[in-house]
Amino acid sequence: MNPATLYPLAGAFLFATGVYGLLARKHLLHKVISGNFLGSGVFLVLIGLAGRSSAESPDPVPQAMVLTGIVVTVALTALALALIKRYHTATGLTTFDPVDEEQL
Amino acid sequence: MSVVLDVLLIGTLLWVAVGALSEAKLFKSVVMFIVFGLFLAIAWLRLNAPDVALAEAAIGAGVTGALMLDAVGHLRHRTTPYPTHVEAEEAMADE
Amino acid sequence: MSDRRRLAALLPAIVAAAVLAVIVRAVWSLPPEAEGLSVAVSRVAAESGIDNKITVVLLDLRGYDTLLEVAVLMLATVAVLSLREDRDALYRRISERAAPVLAALTRLLVPLALVVAVHLVWVGAVRPGGAFQAGAVLGAAGILLALSGYARPQWVGRGAMRSALAVGLLTFLGIAMLSIVAGGELLEYPEQSRKTLILVIEVLLTLSIGASLVSLFLSSASEGPKEAGR
Repeated sequence: MNPATLYPLAGAFLFATGVYGLLARKHLLHKVISGNFLGSGVFLVLIGLAGRSSAESPDPVPQAMVLTGIVVTVALTALALALIKRYHTATGLTTFDPVDEEQL
Repeated sequence: MSVVLDVLLIGTLLWVAVGALSEAKLFKSVVMFIVFGLFLAIAWLRLNAPDVALAEAAIGAGVTGALMLDAVGHLRHRTTPYPTHVEAEEAMADE
Repeated sequence: MSDRRRLAALLPAIVAAAVLAVIVRAVWSLPPEAEGLSVAVSRVAAESGIDNKITVVLLDLRGYDTLLEVAVLMLATVAVLSLREDRDALYRRISERAAPVLAALTRLLVPLALVVAVHLVWVGAVRPGGAFQAGAVLGAAGILLALSGYARPQWVGRGAMRSALAVGLLTFLGIAMLSIVAGGELLEYPEQSRKTLILVIEVLLTLSIGASLVSLFLSSASEGPKEAGR
């Protein structure tokens, strides 16, 4: 099984892990981490598929797209974290629902 | 031989990812996330994407990890928690 | 009641499994060998004299995407800065003089990081590197300076940080619009000055990205908890 199919499958697993974490985990920081996993899963699929042209000189267009994606992800994560901190200062909660807060 | 390396790397990557989400303590989660970022950088190297590996290690693991650790520290200082649903809504309305 | 709770706990797993099935099916059905765009990019790269194909794609062929990406990063920085709870967070020293090991490490690493950043952006035309990687190293150096207590507030005046944030995007935008004014399309570099223009854009982008990452981190600086014993 060559890397060109192995890594995209790994990316699919990572994306599914992110989906599960986004829906199931209640704490807002866990949701942010899951969001990052969604992005990283897509990047693995993209760059894994980029290796199909040839192993030594992979397709540069998906790699440039992933580079852009990494920068956009960090911008998004920073904004999400800033919002979480302000939300916590305003309400004292770290989840969306105070009911979940007691369960944590 | 290289397939074994790939399988081990991907296995570790997914294990660390699942571990980051299943930890109850926030600090451990964030540390696992940083480790995940570093293993992901190695995966990019295996896929012949050195530019992406540089960016992932520096930005994906480094800056994102630092920001999350800062957030964990901030969330630790519990401001007075609002005990009921109604008071939380009132507080948000005041903001 | 507990049935409903069990369903609610199972629903994320079902959704995740469905998503997994869809993506695996899509990936599996793709051919294992495919041409892709690497041949076309190699041709353009050979003409322009820039060996690093990713730099060619980022700043020349898909320069519009990079322009928008920098704009997104700057917008996020503005948003995070406006969410800060402390007006002076950017300019306050985070900690007093650090522990000796951290101070020594900072003295060693920050000049090294500066050299590495300049090298990465310069060599990004022929080897792996480029503006984003160099900007990230620069940002990391800035964060280390702030954390170890070396960054004195008066080094970074209010205008300096904002100028550093703005200059990258403004230059990129200016060069992009210049080509419209000169009669071509957006981001169509003239033949002779292509390499120079790309280098200028990359250097200023490095500065902006470094300033942006430092601002993103510092915007949550505070006095520090008195009771934590720091």
